[in-house]
Amino acid sequence: MIIYLLCFILFLVGLYGVISKRNLIKIIISIAIMEYSINLFFILIGYVEGGTAPIITKGFENAKFVDPLPQAMILTSIVIGLATTALLLAVAIRIYQKYGTFDINKIKDLKG
Amino acid sequence: MELYLIIILILMILGSIYSLNASDLLSAVISYGIVGFGLVIAFLLLQAPDLAIVQVVIEVVTLVIMIAAIKNTQSKIPKMEFKPKIAIYYAITLMVALIFVLIFDRVTGCLSQFGADTMRMAQPYIDGAADTKSANLVTGVVLDFRAYDTLGEATVLFTAVIGVLTILRIKGKKDK
Repeated sequence: MIIYLLCFILFLVGLYGVISKRNLIKIIISIAIMEYSINLFFILIGYVEGGTAPIITKGFENAKFVDPLPQAMILTSIVIGLATTALLLAVAIRIYQKYGTFDINKIKDLKG
Repeated sequence: MELYLIIILILMILGSIYSLNASDLLSAVISYGIVGFGLVIAFLLLQAPDLAIVQVVIEVVTLVIMIAAIKNTQSKIPKMEFKPKIAIYYAITLMVALIFVLIFDRVTGCLSQFGADTMRMAQPYIDGAADTKSANLVTGVVLDFRAYDTLGEATVLFTAVIGVLTILRIKGKKDK
């Protein structure tokens, strides 16, 4: 069970970053870290002790496989994660071009 | 096997903590790479080669976009000066984190043990693998049983690309 806990601590590190950091890039990094930890948690749940990768090859027709369902879900989730991260970074680039800083406190002051 | 995973996870946690506390953005982005590539190794150890391949590509693309975003910026981050008030905040943060961890420990107690054989949900997919004519069960699920999910994923990806192009367009509408 310690492995689930470490995975959750990784999530908490990301949560801490989102709440406490003031730099936009660091906030985006924290969101990505939270997402990675959740992906890892799903794969950890789907793991079967002594299982092989769920690919049917000659001689492995009736082997013990790990759970293919979480893997299929997370495959979708990873790609969507890239999409959201890219969108966030595009907004951050635009904000830097307009205000000349990534610091959210300064941006708030400039906006007035 | 479990020991390797624990070592990699501790490395990922250290990398993420350094990434959040780094004093310039480039080293923050690079040490964020530790988390992503550690995840790749974890996926390989957990017998998920498809995910590892996708994660490598995604990680490299993310790092390239991030470095492009911070390339021409003033990347030094001013250090926060230490005040006694901040120590109280850290103490509160640690206590809240501890409460979260305890709750999570109780909740995962209801789950089956790590590595237990829990194929109740996946068994129909494995039995139906012959119908999909796919040797790889994961692609069988993604592209056959759950093809509508994949269609939705493609829609989200398309929308995100359109959004990025719209936001980064050089020529915008001029304000009057």
